[in-house]
This record gives sequence, C-alpha cells and structure tokens, in this order.
Amino acid sequence: MSTPKNNSKDSTVSPAVIVVDGRESTYDVTLTVNGVHRTARVPARRTLSDFLRHDLRLTGTHVGCEHGVCGVCTVLLDGAPVRSCLTFAVSVDGHSVTTIEGMAGDPHDADGNAPALSAVQQAFRECHALQCGFCTPGFITTITAGLAQRPDPTRAEAVEMIAGNLCRCTGYQNIVDAVLRAAELTRERGES
Amino acid sequence: MVTRYVGQPIRRTEDLRLITGAGRYTDDIGGGDHALEAAFVRSPHAHARILDIDVTDALDVDGIVAIYTYEDLVGPAAQPLPVLIPHPALHAARTAYPLANGVVHHVGEPIAMVIAENRYLAEDAVERIRVEYEILAPVVGINVARAARYAVHDDVPDNIAAHLVQEVGSVGPAMAAAPHVLDFDLTIERSCSMPLEGRGVHARWDGDDQSLRVYSSTQAATSVRAAIAAKLGLSLTKVEVIAPDVGGGFGVKIMHPWPEEIVVPMAAIRLGRPVKWTEDRREHFISAAHERGQQHHVTVGFDDTGKVLALDVTFWHDNGAYTPYGIICPIVTSTQLLGPYKPGAYRVEFYSVYTTTVIVTPYRGAGRPQGVFAMERTMDRIADTLGMDRAQVRAVNMIQPDEFPFDQGMIFQDGRPLIYDSGNYPAQLEMIKDMIGWEGFEALRAEAAGQGRLLGIGIGCYVEGTGPGPYEGAHVQVMTDGRVEVAIGLTSQGQGHQTVFAQIVADELGVPFESVRVTTGDTRRFGYAVGTFASRAAVMSGSAVALAARAVRAKALRVASDALECAADDLELIDGVVSVKGNPTASIPLGQVAVLSNPLRYAFDEAAQAATQFARPADPNLPPVAEDDEPGLEGRDYYSPPRSTFASGMHAAIVEIDPDTSEISIEKYCVVHDCGTLINPMIVRGQVHGGVAQGIGGALYETLVYDENGQLLNASFMDFLMPYATEMPDRFEIGHQETPSPLNPLGIKGAGEAGVIPVSAVIASAVEDAVGFRIDAMPISPSILFGLRTEFAAGRVEPTEVGRARSSQTDHAARKEMA
Amino acid sequence: MKPAPFAWHGPDSVAEAVAVLAEYGPDAKVLAGGQSLIPLLAMRIAAPDHLVDINRIAALDAVTVTAAGVTVGALARHTRVERDGAANAVQPLLTQALRLVAHPTIRNRGTTVGSLAHADPAGELTAVMALTGGTVTAASVRGERVIGAADFFRGPLESALAPDELAVRAFFPRMTAGGGTSFVEIARRHGDYALCGVGAIAELNDAGGLRALRCGYLSVSETPLVLDLTDAWTAGEQQAAELARAAVDPVTDIHASADYRRQLAAVLTIRAVRQAISAARRERLPREHSQEQL
Repeated sequence: MSTPKNNSKDSTVSPAVIVVDGRESTYDVTLTVNGVHRTARVPARRTLSDFLRHDLRLTGTHVGCEHGVCGVCTVLLDGAPVRSCLTFAVSVDGHSVTTIEGMAGDPHDADGNAPALSAVQQAFRECHALQCGFCTPGFITTITAGLAQRPDPTRAEAVEMIAGNLCRCTGYQNIVDAVLRAAELTRERGES
Repeated sequence: MVTRYVGQPIRRTEDLRLITGAGRYTDDIGGGDHALEAAFVRSPHAHARILDIDVTDALDVDGIVAIYTYEDLVGPAAQPLPVLIPHPALHAARTAYPLANGVVHHVGEPIAMVIAENRYLAEDAVERIRVEYEILAPVVGINVARAARYAVHDDVPDNIAAHLVQEVGSVGPAMAAAPHVLDFDLTIERSCSMPLEGRGVHARWDGDDQSLRVYSSTQAATSVRAAIAAKLGLSLTKVEVIAPDVGGGFGVKIMHPWPEEIVVPMAAIRLGRPVKWTEDRREHFISAAHERGQQHHVTVGFDDTGKVLALDVTFWHDNGAYTPYGIICPIVTSTQLLGPYKPGAYRVEFYSVYTTTVIVTPYRGAGRPQGVFAMERTMDRIADTLGMDRAQVRAVNMIQPDEFPFDQGMIFQDGRPLIYDSGNYPAQLEMIKDMIGWEGFEALRAEAAGQGRLLGIGIGCYVEGTGPGPYEGAHVQVMTDGRVEVAIGLTSQGQGHQTVFAQIVADELGVPFESVRVTTGDTRRFGYAVGTFASRAAVMSGSAVALAARAVRAKALRVASDALECAADDLELIDGVVSVKGNPTASIPLGQVAVLSNPLRYAFDEAAQAATQFARPADPNLPPVAEDDEPGLEGRDYYSPPRSTFASGMHAAIVEIDPDTSEISIEKYCVVHDCGTLINPMIVRGQVHGGVAQGIGGALYETLVYDENGQLLNASFMDFLMPYATEMPDRFEIGHQETPSPLNPLGIKGAGEAGVIPVSAVIASAVEDAVGFRIDAMPISPSILFGLRTEFAAGRVEPTEVGRARSSQTDHAARKEMA
Repeated sequence: MKPAPFAWHGPDSVAEAVAVLAEYGPDAKVLAGGQSLIPLLAMRIAAPDHLVDINRIAALDAVTVTAAGVTVGALARHTRVERDGAANAVQPLLTQALRLVAHPTIRNRGTTVGSLAHADPAGELTAVMALTGGTVTAASVRGERVIGAADFFRGPLESALAPDELAVRAFFPRMTAGGGTSFVEIARRHGDYALCGVGAIAELNDAGGLRALRCGYLSVSETPLVLDLTDAWTAGEQQAAELARAAVDPVTDIHASADYRRQLAAVLTIRAVRQAISAARRERLPREHSQEQL
C-alpha cells in the first residue's frame, strides 16, 4: 500500500502538520473506482462519500445522515459493503471501491446501447422496489454483495440482508421481493 | 378513449435513472460550477435574546467568503417570513425572520449564515463565531404552554396562537339527554416526516441576464418562486425555481419559504457566484418541521345501541415556536375526526399553542391521525361500556352508501363545505373483518392464551379529504417528431408522477406510453401551480392532464381532418397515428399533424418543409392561422374542483405482547382502502406500504423528545427510531375498493396518505385488547407498556370492561381447576 | 456534519504509531474501523488535533487461534472474526456476540479491538471480554503491557489505555471443555444498541449438573458487570433472575426505564443460561457417546 503523498517536501514519513501556509494539509488519494484509477487531492477529513460525490463527481452515492445509521451511502470497499460516510478517503488509499455507477455489468450492451442493468437493478424495476430513489443506491450495493455471499436466500434471509438500510418510502416489502427476484434473475442469467 | 395504460401496473419511467445512480437531487446539481457552500450558526438555546455576534475568529478560517446576519437583510427580506395560510381564528400568528432578529425561539433557529469554498470550511467558521445570549425561559410541552407562566412571544402572554370552535347541531342538550356519557383524555406525541434526503437549495445568479435560478428540494416550486421574487425584490419573470429529483418529502417540504430559501439566493446574487446549501441530518431535526403533538379531551354521549348522540372534543395542538403554515393541521384534526360516521351533534374546540420548539407543519396525514385516534378510541370505549363488538359499534354509526353526497356541516381545510362525495363504508367494514379474521379471533386468542401467549386485535377507520384546490394545471404538447411533452406545475418526491401522468396522456391522446415525457415542478415549464400535499396530485394534476390531452386530441383531429379532407368524426387516433376509420392507408402520424398545425415561412428541417407556405395549397382568402386558433399542437388546461373528494379506508391488526418483555409484535396487518379510480395499482400499493410503515414507526418507535430546557434529546438517527425492514410485519395485505369520485373526470381520489392515517389508532386498539386496560397515549414502546402493565398488576390502573370480564373468566376457570 | 480539521498520521508500523502517540498522545485519537469514532468527529463531540490512522499497519490484521484461546489483532474487522470458524470453535461467544453488533455493513469496517478500546458499556464485545476474563495488550514507546479485563474497563467510554498507548491485540480465553455459551439481547430495533444484553458461560460437571455459571451484562451498568450465578441457578431459575435484577444498575433514558432494563436483565438471564446449558449439553454428547462405546 502506498502512502498518500501530500504537498509538503518530506513524503517518507507521514506528516503531522494541519496547516501549511494557512491551508489544511492535503493528500493525493488514489482509488480504483468501478474499475478505473481515480485520483484527487483532498484533506484527511474528507469522507469517502464526499470524495466520491464531489471530488470524483460520482453523485450516485447519496448522503443521508453522516453517522452511519441510514445506509444510504453504502458502497463496496474491496467487494464488501461499508458506510462511505464513516470512512475517510485517505484511510482507503490504494483500495478498490464499487459504487452504484459500477453496478451494471457491461458499460454498454453489444449494440452500444445504454447500460444493461444488473440482476439487482432489473429486479428493483420489476418489483417497484423504489419510489424517491434516494436510498436505492445503498440498497443495490448492499444486495449485490449480499447475493454474492448468499445466492439463494429465504425470505427471512432476504430481510436480514437489507436490515441495515433505511427506506422511508416503500415500507420494504417490495425491496424484499426484489432481493428474491434478483436471486432468481441471477440464476436465469447463469451469472455466478 | 381506449384504456390501455390507466389501471395497469406500468413500470416507472423514473426507475432507469434512479437505479443507475443517475438521479439529480439538489446536492448533485451544478457539478463543475464550483458553488460556494453555506452553513449556519443556529441557536443552541430554546429561548434567548442575542446580545452580540462576534465573527472575528471566523474570518481567519481559510476559504471563508462572507458571513451574513440580520443586519445584512434589506427590504422585504428583513421582514418576518409570511403566514402562508391566514385564518380568522389564528389571532396571534407569529413567524420568524430569515436570520434571527434579536430573539430566538427554538434550538436550531438560524442566526448567521457563513459562505465558504466548501461545507467543511463553512462549519469550521460557524464554530468560531461567538454569540452572546441572555437566556430566557423555555416553554416546552402543551401543559407548560397552557399554564403560561412564561410566554414564548412577549406579546402573546397566554401562548395561544389560535382558538377555533366549530359546532354542528346542539351538543349541550344532546349530551344531557344521552343515556350514557363518557369522558376521557388522549395524547399523541410529537413526530416528523424525516425524508432520507434533507432540504437543499442551489442558487445561481446570471449577471448577464439579471435572472435567478434556484433548485430546491421542495414540494411547492411555484410558490417558492413567488416567495423568493417577493422577498428579494425581483420580478417573477426573472426567477425560476426547479424541484429536481427529491428524496422524499412526506409533508415537511411543503413548508416554504424556509429562511435558507431566501438567504442562500440572496448570497448568490450578492457574491455573483453560485451558492448551495445542503442541510445535514442534525439541522433537519432542529430546524425543519415536526408534527403530531396534541392532547385531547373527549366527552361522548351515546345510546344503548352504541349510536353517538353527542360528541364534544377539546384539544390542544402544539404548534412550536412560529405559525408560518397557519392552522391547517388542527383544522384537519377537527374536521377529519368525524371519519365515516355521523354523530348526532358534534362540537370541536381547539387551542393552538406556542412552545419554544421547532415549528409544526403538515406531516403525512397532517392532523388526521390525531383526529382518527380520538374518534376510534371513542368507538372502542363505547363498545367496551356496552359490551358490544367494536366493529358493530362502528357499523351503527356509519354513513350509509345511499346517503352520499353527505354534508357534515363543517368547513374543511380548503375553506369549502365538508361534503363527502362517495363511499361505501359498510362494505369496507365487511372486507376488513374478513381479511383480518375478525369473527374467528376469539378462538385464536383463547388458543394462544392456553400457550401463555397474549394476543389482541384492533381496528381503525378513517375518511380522508383529498385533492383540495384551488387548482392544478397541465400543458401537453406534441412535438414534430411525434413525442409528447407534458408539463405539470406540482412536484414529485417519489410518487411516480412521470409515469402515472404519462399513462393518462397516452390513453387520452392515443399515443404510445413511451412517447410521453412528463416534467414536474419546473417553473420554466409550467408557472401556475399549488403544490404536492393532501394526496392531491393524482386528483388535481391527473384531471388537468386529462383535460389538456383531450384538447390536444380534438385539435389534432381537426388539423388532420383538414389535411385528409374529411370530417373529424371520421378519424381515429391510435398509437400516435391519425387515420380514417376503416381506411388505415389514409393516415398521418401525429408528429406530422404537429408540423401542419404550425404554418411556416421557413423550413428548418425536412419535416418542416411540409408546412411551408408553398408546400400546401391553402385557401388564399383565409388567414393561415384562424382568429380563434393558435399555432402548434398543444393544449393547456386547469382543473379546479368545487371541493375536496373523500377517500376512505380501514385497517386492522393482530398484535402479540411478550408477557415477559412486553415487546409488541404485529402478527398480521390488513388494509382496505378506497381511492377511487386507480391509475397505476402498483404505485398505489407502494404508497400504502410506505404509509403503513410510517404509521407503524409512529405507533411503536418514533417520537421526538424535548427536555424541559427545550433541547431535542434525540436529534439523530441513533435515537429517533425509524423502522428497518426487520421491524415490519412479514406481510401486510391490502384490499381495494373503488367508489369513483363524481367530482373529477377520471373519478380519482387521493392515495398518498392512506397508509399512515389510522395506524396509531389500530395499534392502540389491538394492544388494549391484548392487555385489558386502556391505552390512551401513543406512541407506545415495550418499556412504556411494561410500566403500564406493572401499574395494572398492582391495581393502580383500571381494567377495561372486556379486560375485567376476561380476567374473571380466567379466575373462574382457575378456581374451577383448583376445586 | 463534517469533522473539525486534524493532523493525519498514517503510520506503516506499530513502532511508528506509538512514536506519534508518544509525541501527541493527549491530543490524539487512534482511528481503526472508525464506526464509533467518526460519528463523534462528524458531530464535533470529539475534535482531536491528531488522528493516528492505523489502517495501513498490515501486521495488526491477524486472528490467531491456539489451545489457550483466540488472539485478535487491532485491525481485524468484526466480520473477519465473526466468520473465523476456528476461532469460534474455540470460543463460540465471539460469533454469538458479534452477530449482534450493529449491522453487517458496520461490521465490515469496525474492529473488535477498537470496540474494546472504546469501552462502551453498551458494547457486546466489552461484555464478552469481561465475561471470558480476557486481556488487551497495549503498546507504547515503553514496550507492551497486558491488561486484564477486570482492570481494562474503568468507566463508561473510559479504558485503562494511557493517552500514548495503542491497543494492538486482544485475547479471549477458550471456552472450557464441556462448556456452553450464549449471547442474547433485546434492542428497540434490529441492530440497535441493546437495552439489555446477557452473555452466559455454563460449565457442566461429569454428571451433567452445573459446575459453574457466569453471566456478563451490557447496557445495565457503567462498566461491564459479571455475575457468578452458579449457586443461584442451582437454587432455581427465578433466583438467578432476581439476583441479576438486583445486581444491575441501569439508567432511565428515552428508550427504556431503569425498571424495564432490570426486567430484561432478569428475563434474559434465564434465556441466556438455558441456551448456554443446552449448548453445553450438545458439546458433551459425542464424548458420552464414545464413552458408551467403550
């Protein structure tokens, strides 16, 4: 793992200054986001959620509470769901992040058309598992990782899978249906 | 009209962008415009005089651009925010200033605005601003407000903002003559909408054009526009407001203008740079809006059949520190308390009182849940006193199907008579009883009791006035490529408006659903609107788009009949093609009709060539555009109802109480509801699911707790408990009934609030049934229930009559066993 | 809700980390999982001048299982420990408790040692550490020292770690042979902090009777409470429950009254112990079976 470089001269030892020339210290943070190397220079306190949204302009990941309860900001860090609002970008320098923008399998289908939908995305559409859409990216990333771990959940296991994400619009019933439908679609598509 | 789409569970147009992360919510707007960001100094005290504001240390923070206080506001912006809905009974309305002017009246009230390069720096600066306060007495809770030892506003010494009495019939004599009279108190605690996306404003001033564009996460774009224009001294024509994708509203975003909606655009104008504000979760808790908190005193007189002869309700409504939204919520409580019933005489009196807490404005249900709670608990009490079945008591009091339209004799929240247009309550009652298994429940309860388990069943009924006016409008335009652009003035927060209104237009006009695009909440596209609230969008905008689409269809046939040289009556319009009935070869695609509707001098594309002056031989003696006509294939119409339409429903639940832990679990939850014609049944079901979830949250988990100093103790998601999927019953079942409204073209009634309205009443009814003593305050938690059960076991709480009978049966059975 | 600025340190080794702590200790906080710390920073309840981010110290990411018990490195995420089959065979309380910590997404980032260092009396791991009598090893420029569970939890959110110390590993002793464990809790919502939680370790004697019974409690005292209920349970379930009810010292807050928490302590004691004894009996079956075969 590389140490994020900061803009002071001495980059071999992690620097300890808050302010250099009246400005907060910043670090070059590099992440592989949805398969692409992305770098931005940010202060240490920049959350991963803000890094994605504002520094990389990937606004699909949303921010709901900034204290880790709602799950709206959930992204995949090295494949596992984490709260991006409870992670500093600088702490995960060098790691790989998958966001909602990276959920669809191929960027375009064979005819160069608009992105194909992943099984989870397709299931959300079929089951009317979203209304305002604000919580949706957090659910989709969580469920995508959850099904990779447990491809054939029972209804109770599907509820457990989404138990850490809040939705204020749907009452969850359709989201649970979508988990089960996504599992079904994945089997149909022969994806593993 | 061919009905191909209306009534079908058409998949939503909105979904594709929302499931791929391509939604555009207010904080997503303006990537690349390097907007400055705002943060606010907010009062840490519930009631205080501001003695000094020292910004010296804040100016040192790198990246600070400007700091504003009240002194920086000019003209109308320096005046108090408006009272949106004045009412003669609101005799002591008070509103806040956009930035505090000398005195603050609740924790969270904005005092100063910091503008910086980003939110992190803005918050750093906020921390460094030193405000000196003289602490004044807090007033928290209805009892403290009523006692009026201290005043929230100096010039309102009794803390009463409004007082309203409405009476239908003569309650005094009717009560005196009633064979039975009951008298009791009820409480509902404060709660709130809490959408997952908070409020946000993004303002951009165009110096070249001298115009302002504001994105706001609002339910009322047109009204925000009017307020901003008024407060910042701009012409309406120089202000545009757009509600982009909005992450939920549930009522809280109908309140406007927020202070931030005024001062953030003000900063954008003064600084000549885009300025944005995205509230964080704590800000939302302490500076948006709450609702629900009321205390009721009910006196009811009834006869031996359970018929209500006289109902006298007095209640106190906690309206928080200010009254910018007027008294809509308590008025809704007063009028909707009646539900599906027709009491002999009814008197309702309310006091709306000030407290040093966050303002109170509508939250899904908007006062209805409290009214329903009062009425439904009354019905249960009557049943208990008489030893009657609780459903039977309700049946005895119901308005019958042949009594519509039914005039309740009151004025509703839209200022119009409370006249129920249609409904069939007895049929709903049969349906809900059947779904929940009402008749067979005693056997279920006894079986469970044998296993040491505590079950209870509850029921709750409501009527909901939806679709209040004054109007909504729609614009439908067929483009030359055949696509149909629709614009409506009201806004969307997840209800699928882009889908359902396209369904209506597709059917009314006769075009494929996929060719219709709907824009909502954008004053650039539609300038006259009211807003999204009171379950009115489908009724109001649905009717307006239907009318506008019909106008377009009529014009299309007229223009086509001219081109095809036949009568308009001989034509049909199906799938976007106009053709002669029985002769499909004589046809024109609708896009071409649009071209023909606009006679041109210049052809800018191939399609336009057909409309130019030499391409079509026109009658040289007639003007190309007739006197009563306009170019283009578009229609604009408005729907303005004579009064609201009345949806209705009933819920029932079976709960189980853990005898050791007092945990309350919902074993079964059923809903029957009538929202008239369904445009998209899938979307309606989704609305009901979501409403029930909020209702369950409000019954068992959610409450806002203020301490006596006016500090909100649970201003975070850790302590304000919204339910996760695990807190929902496994399944809730929904039954539909459709009694179309005679008041609008499609027979629609609203569905947005149906799920939430009676839930607290139902859960209270079921828990009371399980434990055998009164549940008069909601929400209830295991801890609260444990406390009540402990008191009950110690004999300090009276049982209900049913509870008394059941426990003596148990004693009797136990004694028999021992004998 | 953005944190106040801090000087960020990203040491690559424990030596580097403790060197930074030696210099800035009182004004520094250690960042591992951050699931407890970052909300405090976001709300500006905590605003340390220095943050020592140990997320790049790979050596701390280890879970070691021996005959003595399970050693968990400071950077081992909850999920990792929860899923470690070998660790949970040796000390089943780990998975039983970890399953109840918040939600899986939080557990993917939060660390077990970090939880302990946070010393929250409402934390499941705090109760497990106290109940099993484990240890926390603290490193500083002065070297390492091992702190026993009884000494580690000083008060609510206050551990025995000095400002210049870094908790580098925690040790959970193995469950005794023939013993059984369980962990139960009741929360307002799934994944919330428990209103009350009880962990139980039951040891049976050769005759299948109760030899030893200890219960650890969370959310009902300022520091983790451990009760020896051997005699009480032998006298009867209710006796043990009432002993627990009397021993706990809960507070009333907006979620639950103190009396309710006492009720839960009593009820959950019975549930936890019954489950632990069942688990112990299941543990014994193969051996009894093989004894019969002899």
